[in-house]
Amino acid sequence: MTVTKINKVLIANRGEIALRIMKTAQTVGIKTVAIYTEADAGSPHQAFADQAVLIGEGPVADSYLNSDKIIAAAIDCGADAIHPGYGFMSERSDFAQACKEAGLIFIGPSPQDIELMGNKAAAKRKMIEAGVPCVPGYEGEDQSPDAFKQAAKSIGFPLMVKAAAGGGGKGMRLVESEDELATGLELARSEAENAFGNGELILEKAITRPRHVEVQIFADRLGNTLHLGERDCSVQRRHQKVVEEAPCPVLTSDLRSTMGQVAVESAKSIAYEGAGTVEFLLAEDSSFYFLEMNTRLQVEHPVTEEITGRDLVALQFAVAEGRALGFEQSDVTLSGHAIEVRLYAEDPEQDFLPQTGDVKDWQTSKDLDVRTDEGIQTGQNLSPFYDPMLAKIIAYGDDREEARHSLIKGLKDTWLFGVKTNRDFLIEILENETFAEGQATTAFLQEEFGDRKNGKEETAVRAKIVAAALLYFSLQENSLEKSAGVSETLLGWGSPGFLISQLKLSQNGDVHTVSVRQEAPDGVTISLEQGSSYVEYLEDALRIDGTKVVIKSFLHDEDDLYFALDATTHHFRHVKAVSLLEAGGSSGQITAPMHGNIMEITASVGSKIKAGERLAVLEAMKMQHELIADHDGVVSEIYMAAGSQVKAGDLLISIALNEE
Amino acid sequence: MSHFQSKIQVGSDSFQQNRADMLAFVEKMRSLERRAADKSEERRARFEERGQLSPRERLAALLDPGMPFLELFNMASYLVDDTNPETSLPGGSMITGIGFVSGVRSLVFVDDSGINAGASTAMSVEKALGCLDIALKQKLPFIHCVESAGANLMAYTVGLWARGGGMFAGLAKLSAAGIPTVTILHGPSTAGGAYQPGMSDYVIGVKKNGMAMLAGAALVKAATGEVAKDHELGGAEMHASVTGLVEYLAEDDAHGIEIAREVVGRLNWNDRVRDHPAKDFIEPAQSSDEIAGVVPVNYRKPYDVREVMARLVDGSDLLAFKPDYGPATVCVQASIFGRACGLIGNNGPIDPNGATKAAQFFQLCDQADMPIIFLNNTTGYMVGKVYEHAGMIKHGSKMIQAVTNVRVPKISLYIGASFGAGNYGMCGHAFDPDFLFTWPSAQTGVMGGEQAAGTMEQVMVNSAKRKGIEVDAEKMAKQKAAITAHFDRQSDAFYTSGHLLDHGMIDPRDTRKVLGFCLETCAEARSRHLSPNSFGIARM
Repeated sequence: MTVTKINKVLIANRGEIALRIMKTAQTVGIKTVAIYTEADAGSPHQAFADQAVLIGEGPVADSYLNSDKIIAAAIDCGADAIHPGYGFMSERSDFAQACKEAGLIFIGPSPQDIELMGNKAAAKRKMIEAGVPCVPGYEGEDQSPDAFKQAAKSIGFPLMVKAAAGGGGKGMRLVESEDELATGLELARSEAENAFGNGELILEKAITRPRHVEVQIFADRLGNTLHLGERDCSVQRRHQKVVEEAPCPVLTSDLRSTMGQVAVESAKSIAYEGAGTVEFLLAEDSSFYFLEMNTRLQVEHPVTEEITGRDLVALQFAVAEGRALGFEQSDVTLSGHAIEVRLYAEDPEQDFLPQTGDVKDWQTSKDLDVRTDEGIQTGQNLSPFYDPMLAKIIAYGDDREEARHSLIKGLKDTWLFGVKTNRDFLIEILENETFAEGQATTAFLQEEFGDRKNGKEETAVRAKIVAAALLYFSLQENSLEKSAGVSETLLGWGSPGFLISQLKLSQNGDVHTVSVRQEAPDGVTISLEQGSSYVEYLEDALRIDGTKVVIKSFLHDEDDLYFALDATTHHFRHVKAVSLLEAGGSSGQITAPMHGNIMEITASVGSKIKAGERLAVLEAMKMQHELIADHDGVVSEIYMAAGSQVKAGDLLISIALNEE
Repeated sequence: MSHFQSKIQVGSDSFQQNRADMLAFVEKMRSLERRAADKSEERRARFEERGQLSPRERLAALLDPGMPFLELFNMASYLVDDTNPETSLPGGSMITGIGFVSGVRSLVFVDDSGINAGASTAMSVEKALGCLDIALKQKLPFIHCVESAGANLMAYTVGLWARGGGMFAGLAKLSAAGIPTVTILHGPSTAGGAYQPGMSDYVIGVKKNGMAMLAGAALVKAATGEVAKDHELGGAEMHASVTGLVEYLAEDDAHGIEIAREVVGRLNWNDRVRDHPAKDFIEPAQSSDEIAGVVPVNYRKPYDVREVMARLVDGSDLLAFKPDYGPATVCVQASIFGRACGLIGNNGPIDPNGATKAAQFFQLCDQADMPIIFLNNTTGYMVGKVYEHAGMIKHGSKMIQAVTNVRVPKISLYIGASFGAGNYGMCGHAFDPDFLFTWPSAQTGVMGGEQAAGTMEQVMVNSAKRKGIEVDAEKMAKQKAAITAHFDRQSDAFYTSGHLLDHGMIDPRDTRKVLGFCLETCAEARSRHLSPNSFGIARM
């Protein structure tokens, strides 16, 4: 086998993984080329690369998923390899093939292996053939309802209907009994067709409350195939991994080596090359079943890196260059414990709806045992075009508890202002008793957080008090700064013996009136609907009725207030006059609530409309949003056409108001 | 450093007694303030019904949170319209003071429409004139939250009407001096009051409630028979689009105030101030809070005014000026909040040496451009043959002449007695102090009640002697009591403050802060560059 040195690699990805790959490339002496879109202009991955190529406006079909453009870019800048990262082009066999044809090294397995493993049914058939334990099921080519009915009966209920081409939980349905089967098949098929362009389905026995345990394997072209231990990714929300750790807290070393061996065998059975992950379901009785094989670098690869001390991306480069891995299975030792959480721009209070907007402040932990793989920066706009995962925070410890505590602390030192994230939710998960005991299964989030309330009442009241106090002192400071000079000893003093301010704060649309009465230079009484509290202003903290509340960070940006307390982050708005909110709300000027695509315009110029009537439909983040008339009137102007791309805040439709 | 060694024993019986006495006076002041606030609060339901903020809420919304506020004329009208101390309301249906709006030191003026719908009182005109005068002198933008039922026709006096014109003259003068005037029309502003927005540089009208008209519906019907609604005659919406009297139309009170804050913020007012930085300073070695225990409320009880000074000035550091010459008149150089100033106080009546020392001290302060602070505690200039021969009139006159004509800021405090011409020499009401505040325990007048009664007694005895008749002891006792009461009632700080013979009453423990605030205000004014014009801004 010949070794082909890679001198320059194009990373066909964005965000944290693009940066992650480039960092290793830099250390192993490979030049890097980034691709980016207009929506990603100025983003960290573009800035970090030795070279960057603009390949599109924003939508992925025209950029990160456009094979021709990517390959052309690679050739133009003289790259000799393409690293696809995860997602996007990473598991597209046609792309791997196209790279090959263009004379580029695709960093990953062969197109054939990608294709094989990309089809769940085919993969399963192959694995059964290789003697790998699989969940009893049906992966026949006969897709007739009768075939499924027969198969279902022999597998038994409950069972899972899955898209053969699936992944990421799409096209997946739990069917509890026979009468649900037909509907389940129908729904799964239509989802599968939409998501993957392939409606082929398979059935699998549903293993209740299993763990998701996956084995990291690596194979070089010289015939050395080995595993790097497992990862437990049981903490999932709707089949999306949220927390991952290595090693799996309940795996015995015997079971580990058995599963590892099975994974290695399955890779060998298809002469696999490079990094791969064999996913298993681990049942409560320690039996395990092959789930699928991912033919790429996984999102959660850092936990494996942390406990093995090996750089998986460096190994990918080595294998792609045709070099040997350079170590044997017996050289692989697992030490300590690592846990990773995925930080998403989503709102846990609103069914995890993806969030977009400007990053006002982004801070990460400086702790040495906390690793942050990030791809964002302060000032960046989070557009709706891409996955809402922003960063991964990984902590290492000598044991699981140490890692868990480090990660909790690391998360508390991490915050993002400007766009809602799941940070607080992640802290809640890590602090959950079941998780702490290592007992989380794939049912964990649904069981423990299924009916998650919007925070505790107590926490909400405290946040309001903190918001009012921080706003008050911030306004005082602003005024002092603008003044022509006032002695600080006079701050908070009024000759009538006290000073009273009334502040209005809005949070998620609710306006709260808070009265603040300054009693001492650093002390105020804050009164809200729920009662009064005495608040002292300390350096980096407030003392509320005697209890110290640490303010990790505070940002007062125009009228927006962002602050991070120990385990929660908050956003409030300073409302100067409620009537302004109302006036703004019925201006007859309809603007885009977020970036998106105008699907449909139902209004037309000159038409009479009533408040509440639908004017247009905007699609963003794969969700449809109706644009509603906020006022009775006549449509006076429409500023865009159906199918056009609009930015958040763009004026779309004007309504001439009906005067009384 | 000339650190003053206090001889006061904090916690001693006399200290505790003084403190208890003084705090009783402070509580009287605070309870009167609460009386006005509570009275106004009774109308809260009406404000809420109309979607309005109460007057005190307007003030709170107008001022920058946490920035200092010095109320002016807090006792105005007390014992004037209503002479019953148990029911009389202080404030004159207006809340006024110096505070910060968008970082700008401003004169804020809020009609207390919770009290008699903001109808003016006997002292309203004088209070408004006093505020306008301070705004002009201290170059403070004048912001008025207007809602007033106008004047009570039953309380009409021709004098009030005549003096009242001064309110509009004051606005015109401010505008011409280059000091912006801002009016927020929260409610009606009728008849003469209509010139309040008319004379202002910026007018914000609140929809529905804000109104300005020369005559309301009732008067129009009576005068011409025309039937019109108040709103049609002078609603804010009409003025914003038809007459142009209103520049900015607001949805409600809070919005109107927000607009006013923005208007003031957009002036970049503080770009036109030269630096007037204060030096670093330390707090007095003895806490200002102790003042309440240092000063006996009875002015006849002697104490060393330097004990008060030491609790007012930075680091209790004071340099005595000619301490051994006319020692009862105490002059010191010191600083407050890092601003150098001269302080004068009295340890008794002013004698010829004291008067000449003071006159010289005032001139030196003027030469050094150093503000002068007057701590009034004097029963007057010395009388008697020795003093007359020593030229008391001549020397006292020098002092009065100097105090009148110094060009530096003058800040007066009535902390004890301020009698006779001593009040004049110590920069009393008529001597144009930039600021003049009183402690609630102070006494001012031509002389004390007992002294007046004693004088009367001597006159009666002498007269009886001349006529060779017996003095009617009973009649004389009655007469003495009547004179004592007549004088004492008028010399009481609550009475004088109610009659606007000062700029307001303060808690003695706040004196250092009041002085610091006033010194800052004066320093800022004197370093501020204005763009005056000849006629003020004409409303187009």
